[in-house]
Amino acid sequence: MSTHQDSLVPEQIAQLPWRLILLVLAIAGFGLAILYSAAGGQIQPWAASQAVRFMVFFAMAIMLSRFREEHWKFFAYPVYIVTLLALLGVEIIGQVGGGSQRWLNLGFMTIQPSEIMKPVLVLALAKYYDTLPSGELRRLVAIWPALLLIGLPAALVVIQPDLGTTVVLVAAGVTIMFLAGLPLRLFIGGAVALAAAIPLAFMFLLEDYQRNRVLTFLNPENDPLGTGYHITQSKIAIGSGGLFGKGFLNGTQSHLSYLPEGHTDFVFATMAEEFGLFGGLLLIFAFAMLIRWGIRVGQNAQSTFSKLTAAGLSTTIFFYFAINLMMVMGLAPVVGIPLPLVSYGGSAMLTVLICIGILMSIDRENRMRRR
Amino acid sequence: MKRRAPLSINDNMRKTMFSRRSMLLGGAQLGVAGLLGARMAWISIAENERWQLLSESNRVQLSLIPPRRGWIVDRAGQPIAMNRSDFRVDLIPDRLQNPNRVIASLVELLDLPEEEVARIRADLEDAAGYQPVQVADGLEWEQFAAVNVRLPDLPGVAPLQGYSRYYPAGPAVAHLVGYVGAPSREDYEETRDPILMVPGFKIGKDMLEQTMEDRLRGEPGARRAEVTARGELVRELETRPDVSGDVLRLTVDAGLQEYAARRLGTESGSVVVIDTLTGGILCMTSMPAYDPNSFSDGISHLEWNMLSEDDHVPLRNKTLQGLYPPGSTVKPMNALALLGQGIDPEETVTCSGRTRIAGGNFHCWRRGGHGAVNMNRAVAQSCDIYFYQMGVRIGMDPIAQTARTLGLGQRFDDLPVPYQYFGTVPDPAWKRRRFNEEWQTYDTVNATIGQGYMLTNPLQLAVMAARLGSGRNLTPHLVAANAGPRAAPLNFSAEHFDIVRQGMSDVVNGAGTAGRARLPIEGVQLAGKTGTAQVRRITMAERRGGVRSNASLPWELRDHGLFVCYAPTDNPRYAAAVVIEHGGGSGAAYPVARDVLTYLYDQDLAMEALERYEAGWGGDIATRMARQEAEYRARQAAAEAGTMRDPLASRASRDPETGE
Repeated sequence: MSTHQDSLVPEQIAQLPWRLILLVLAIAGFGLAILYSAAGGQIQPWAASQAVRFMVFFAMAIMLSRFREEHWKFFAYPVYIVTLLALLGVEIIGQVGGGSQRWLNLGFMTIQPSEIMKPVLVLALAKYYDTLPSGELRRLVAIWPALLLIGLPAALVVIQPDLGTTVVLVAAGVTIMFLAGLPLRLFIGGAVALAAAIPLAFMFLLEDYQRNRVLTFLNPENDPLGTGYHITQSKIAIGSGGLFGKGFLNGTQSHLSYLPEGHTDFVFATMAEEFGLFGGLLLIFAFAMLIRWGIRVGQNAQSTFSKLTAAGLSTTIFFYFAINLMMVMGLAPVVGIPLPLVSYGGSAMLTVLICIGILMSIDRENRMRRR
Repeated sequence: MKRRAPLSINDNMRKTMFSRRSMLLGGAQLGVAGLLGARMAWISIAENERWQLLSESNRVQLSLIPPRRGWIVDRAGQPIAMNRSDFRVDLIPDRLQNPNRVIASLVELLDLPEEEVARIRADLEDAAGYQPVQVADGLEWEQFAAVNVRLPDLPGVAPLQGYSRYYPAGPAVAHLVGYVGAPSREDYEETRDPILMVPGFKIGKDMLEQTMEDRLRGEPGARRAEVTARGELVRELETRPDVSGDVLRLTVDAGLQEYAARRLGTESGSVVVIDTLTGGILCMTSMPAYDPNSFSDGISHLEWNMLSEDDHVPLRNKTLQGLYPPGSTVKPMNALALLGQGIDPEETVTCSGRTRIAGGNFHCWRRGGHGAVNMNRAVAQSCDIYFYQMGVRIGMDPIAQTARTLGLGQRFDDLPVPYQYFGTVPDPAWKRRRFNEEWQTYDTVNATIGQGYMLTNPLQLAVMAARLGSGRNLTPHLVAANAGPRAAPLNFSAEHFDIVRQGMSDVVNGAGTAGRARLPIEGVQLAGKTGTAQVRRITMAERRGGVRSNASLPWELRDHGLFVCYAPTDNPRYAAAVVIEHGGGSGAAYPVARDVLTYLYDQDLAMEALERYEAGWGGDIATRMARQEAEYRARQAAAEAGTMRDPLASRASRDPETGE
């Protein structure tokens, strides 16, 4: 690397991981274009506010990248506890107010504690395994506190009920346990147990509307006007796009309102209709790059905490992306998970940019160490 | 050694494990991303065609343009059924934002009666989304324009300019062409033709409108439009115009049809006139009748009740569904049968007014008797005793065979009509089949004067007259294009025909029973045969005390009056049958036949006579029907709210042999 002193830009700016930033800006910019089209070629009501939101959160992510590993380590448990309390608070308010609620109104903005919990849980688990001596890894003590850390928020989220977020939380948590070095047979056994438990969970744990969604997912043509409508219309949008799509602003499924939620959960279908397979592969490639970068950051990190945090956060982003795309393409039930950075809405964007911010901070540390 | 993982893992091992497992994880994630890409390629490339099709069917809504129904015209091209420009207003439930306010505005603009508002509200509740609900049709231009002007304030209101069926002659053609009406659920389920779901589209519901539906309907046009999921129109894409239905030309003479209907006056009766050259039906009238114009608009309960309670059965097509004992109109046919069996036409039978046959007493209609009668007198003066004795001599079978040859008991399968009650020509085999009883001599006696089991419809009677007059095996037809080659001669000798025809001519022009049936036309003579059909049994006691005159009986017990005829006698051109239900005797029938045939030769003369009659009856058909309805309405002061129903749906199906 050349010396930064010669450069016209200040060192703090030049130090930023520009390739990643450009990648994130590209994904978000593409998302804004899709929102512009989804509104019928207008920046209102979605594209403009989404752009403002992105800039605010992205600036925040840059700020987060200035934090050091010690800060994250220090804050991991307190923030976890606060977020857990917030989840509990949401549940209590919901119970008192009647009906379920996921939001906490802070006056100037509403936040969704279950979203915040995603990176926070990763930090807490990473912190736990970081403090756990390597010698203890094959002991019970390597398992139950982690399960408790995952189980408490997962339980609070699943009774909200928010199946999508629960799945992402548990999946990310289990991934960290896997990366932390727990014995493989635990995961194989767990997978077998899960396979056995799914029918039982389906019968007894799911709400009626969730059960319907799963049934509809298995056979969308059964209920073409009910819950199957989402999946079918989404597949129509993607399938009719063909190789290069119908052209920007020319999607009929979205513009004629056949595609429900075309600006939020099903934004990928809106995109695919207008940009076709080409646009879809581009977006998938961009996300693959983003996640690969996150995993690399983890591999280059020094401490167990940083390694696990980076891999866990990348995995969280991965699960958002993968579950959303599977849902949109009819490979998973409609669970209500947005496509990060692209779907209209603040909560998921905040979560993902927090993840990216922390990843950038670890990356910065890696690079500073190498220098 | 036990394959147990080392209990203590050092930090280096931990790092190695992390890098291996994170490699694995990254690889798995890349794999999933690859699978997602493959899945997307599968949907958008391999299944592209299917989804594209679905996308198009989402985007593009096809709306059908109802075709204009083909006209029905008479032999000269005069319209019998045509289309009139019609202004209508519908409601689209989906786009209705404030039904109460909109309906209130429409009530004010269109002056809707209370019962209609109730129907609209009921229809709106049943309606599914985008399917329009009719508010009103047959609107005046001013009303239609008023709704159009207010349209921006009335979301959900759809004014439409369409066509409605119009029958200029109204009730006179009701039982000839039928009427049109909204398709029923069964109609739709049968064919699944989407045009049937288009509001305001109507299909034929009776007679020719029903049987000729395929030719009259035409091809619907289509309008392709881009619509949103909420049904809002984005833009029109393309329009394929509709193709009107074919014009259906009939053999009927519209003027004659209407004249016959008017001439029937207040009677319950039917007139059938046949062209004896072609077999084409010139008129097929059954009166009284419903007004097909108001039937085609949908009919109210009140109107329906009035029609179904009327003892003159306006809902029955008497030309095809009315079955009557033919009475003495069968006597020329009997004579032909006798001649075929070698009976000498000059042989006489002495008629004393009564005779004993096979142990039973049988009477002639003339109590004093006819004296010595030969065949000619027997036909001309309608002597019963002659035919009793001669008929018994040759037996029933040759008589029945001749009757069938002349068209009695025959079903005319090529006639495009939805129903035909073809009646009965009884013979021993029939009686065994039907009642499992042996044929008795008195059965033959009854049959020779067209009573007993014998039942015919007016069309068959006209065919009999046409075949007797022309000597040809004419088949009646209604559609002009269906005229086949000239009918083959019937297998009777010309000599025999001449004897019978002379008898029929003498009925009118000689010393016969219907002298008053002579045509007021120079050089045109009518030949015919009267008939009186009893509808009750005359007891011996009554006979002794003197048969009560028909006029003193309640209407429904009076005899039917019948008359069959053809003209001119020397070279028949037209044949006719007239049946007047409970007319009291043939005297009610032959004046009608005379005037109807007069119309064919001299319209002015016939109209003059008609106008005199109508003055006595209290006006023409429309006037009398309006008065009748007003009276009925007054009687049903507390009339219930009218709703639409299929007027003929509950018409009971009867046995076509017996009419029961």
